[in-house]
Amino acid sequence: MPDSNQELDARGLNCPLPILRAKKTLNGMAAGEVLKIMSTDPGSVKDFQAFATQTGNQLLDSSEVNGEFHFFLKKGD
Amino acid sequence: MSEKSLTIIATKGTLDWAYPPFILSSTAAALGYNVTMFFTFYGLQLLKKDLSLSVSPLGNPGMPMPMAMDKWFPVLGTAIPGMQAMMTGMMKNTIKSKGVATVAELRDLCLEADVKMIGCQMTIDLFDIKHEDLIDEIDLGGAATYFEHAGESNINLFV
Repeated sequence: MPDSNQELDARGLNCPLPILRAKKTLNGMAAGEVLKIMSTDPGSVKDFQAFATQTGNQLLDSSEVNGEFHFFLKKGD
Repeated sequence: MSEKSLTIIATKGTLDWAYPPFILSSTAAALGYNVTMFFTFYGLQLLKKDLSLSVSPLGNPGMPMPMAMDKWFPVLGTAIPGMQAMMTGMMKNTIKSKGVATVAELRDLCLEADVKMIGCQMTIDLFDIKHEDLIDEIDLGGAATYFEHAGESNINLFV
């Protein structure tokens, strides 16, 4: 598991809220910092991949942990 | 990354159809798109300060009915008085329990993300919509104003 600078609890939220909250949190972070996101929305697995490729933020890791989905996003420049 | 842009024409004013334009706009804005929404006809309901949107099962065989209600209330039953209020209440409860954002919440997120919203002047005149009933963040314009944005845009959607 990568280390993270900040965490976002998006559990219980549905599309597109996990993405919107992640974007908002990333706005307040510095380039190179890592955001850990926890989600229960199965659709967020594909969506965070798509978010990363389109925004230049790097998806370091995506995993399922006890029915939850954990993502590590590294903020791009 | 070059800046992309999206325009959406929102034409529907029901609780269910309020979602696609606001979900797509807020998400596109989060992905870095410049977004312009143009609200015309019943879509103007989505710009009201007081969002009292309803959903109707009438004429919508695709709408899932809870508790096998479609067996007890086939086609004509969806027209009985009170049905619309009941379905609206049920849908709002489902939206809340499934962690789906409210329409007002999504609209606020769009505004926060600098999504540009344009209300159709002609519709406002046609339906005698009061300016003070609409949110302050909007501009008014017509079809030509829409095309000023659409002509420059990568994606143009009609909902």
